[in-house]
Amino acid sequence: MQKKLILDSDLLRVTIDRLCQELIENHGAFDSTVLLGLQPRGIFLAERIREKLSQALDKDVPLGYLDATFHRDDFRRREEPPKASETRVPFLIEGKQVILIDDVLYTGRTVRAALDAMIAFGRPEKVELLVLIDRRRTRELPISANYVGQYVNTLDTQKVLVEMDSDHQHNRIWLINKE
Amino acid sequence: MPRLSQPHLLGIKNITTEDIELIFETADNFKEVINRPIKKVPSLRDVTIANVFFENSTRTRLSFELAQKRLSADVINFSASTSSVKKGETLLDTVNNILAMKVDMIVMRHASAGAPHFLSRHIKANIINAGDGTHEHPTQALLDAYSIREKLKGVAGKKVAIIGDILHSRVALSNIFALNKLGAEVMVCGPPTLLPKFIGKIGVKVELDLHKALAWCDVANVLRIQLERQQLKYFPSLREYSLYYGINRKTLDTLKKPILLMHPGPINRGVELSSDAADSHHSIILDQVENGVAVRMAVMYLLAGTTS
Repeated sequence: MQKKLILDSDLLRVTIDRLCQELIENHGAFDSTVLLGLQPRGIFLAERIREKLSQALDKDVPLGYLDATFHRDDFRRREEPPKASETRVPFLIEGKQVILIDDVLYTGRTVRAALDAMIAFGRPEKVELLVLIDRRRTRELPISANYVGQYVNTLDTQKVLVEMDSDHQHNRIWLINKE
Repeated sequence: MPRLSQPHLLGIKNITTEDIELIFETADNFKEVINRPIKKVPSLRDVTIANVFFENSTRTRLSFELAQKRLSADVINFSASTSSVKKGETLLDTVNNILAMKVDMIVMRHASAGAPHFLSRHIKANIINAGDGTHEHPTQALLDAYSIREKLKGVAGKKVAIIGDILHSRVALSNIFALNKLGAEVMVCGPPTLLPKFIGKIGVKVELDLHKALAWCDVANVLRIQLERQQLKYFPSLREYSLYYGINRKTLDTLKKPILLMHPGPINRGVELSSDAADSHHSIILDQVENGVAVRMAVMYLLAGTTS
């Protein structure tokens, strides 16, 4: 299996810092903006961003976890039912600006499902999408991200592996050739 | 692997412990869904489910129907009392006619033990047993165990007493299978005439004294006296049954320990449970009903999602 490093720990920190700056530019003091991390793999990034924003703004930025499993469009089109994760949205998103956060943007289908799942918690004023890695020219739906950590050219036979742990010491992002 | 080992839910006896745990984990997610402002997800929007009830039911049927609607499934309801069954149609013919209308899943209650098992050998749709005679009632046992897991943070090692009419109860049998699989200790308690003869052989303790059973257990699951299934006199009078096996506030207060009081419904108030016991803080009867919807959503989601 061939592996290519896309982002190492240091570069990742710089990237996340930049994403946070962009968010602050557009959302100011986060008075009516909330973060929604997409389960299962978007939540580490979302937690990291919340942490940085909360430090920079000296306030608690609200973060929820959103699981879109029950809204996916491939149910009964695969052998097994997809496994759900926890949804925890401790606030209403009615009238709020919502930033959806995921690690990798690929076909766009997860984001579509997430938009659908999100509506159960109210009608937001505006929804934006933040991703760490945007895989270029792989979209199957008309979806694009507002904030992108890095664009990557990939083949369908490749996948992006995001390694993030809670202490952020060994965060790395790899491009892998599937066997 | 996140899938059930069977394409049907016929009974707890023929599913695995992993199946039960998968159902519980999935039910956790659905419990969150049914507490949202919008309580509906689109997972089963291309699935049609028939609720085929050859026997009366209020709670189970409503619970299944609500679970199906929360999952966006299309639902048709059939009850034997208003159907051509009265004209002499066989079970297989009835169900095949329903399936000819492109139904993907059958939820069936039937007065004969083994009816859903018979059906599963002859038709392709997923079958969920919603109670077959005095045999099994798997979704009730799952929601009972799920409620214990939720309230006591686990099932393994807990002591559960099932009290009342064990002989005629499909809830008791399914509960025993489920609790045994999950590692709980199970005791049955009731008048000797209402305990099956060899019940001790399936891994349960037998106790005739209600007070001893209550002193032993963490959870008391109280069953209804099923007069409609009793062709013989099993005890002299309801009043006498109630004196020996009825639970009231005083019985609970003398225990000096918290126990969970469960009942699958419908309650005969004043017979197996007095009102002050059924409405006490020990009782989790209404939590059971809420959990019933989440557990049934999980079962139908997992069955419908397994396509191979």
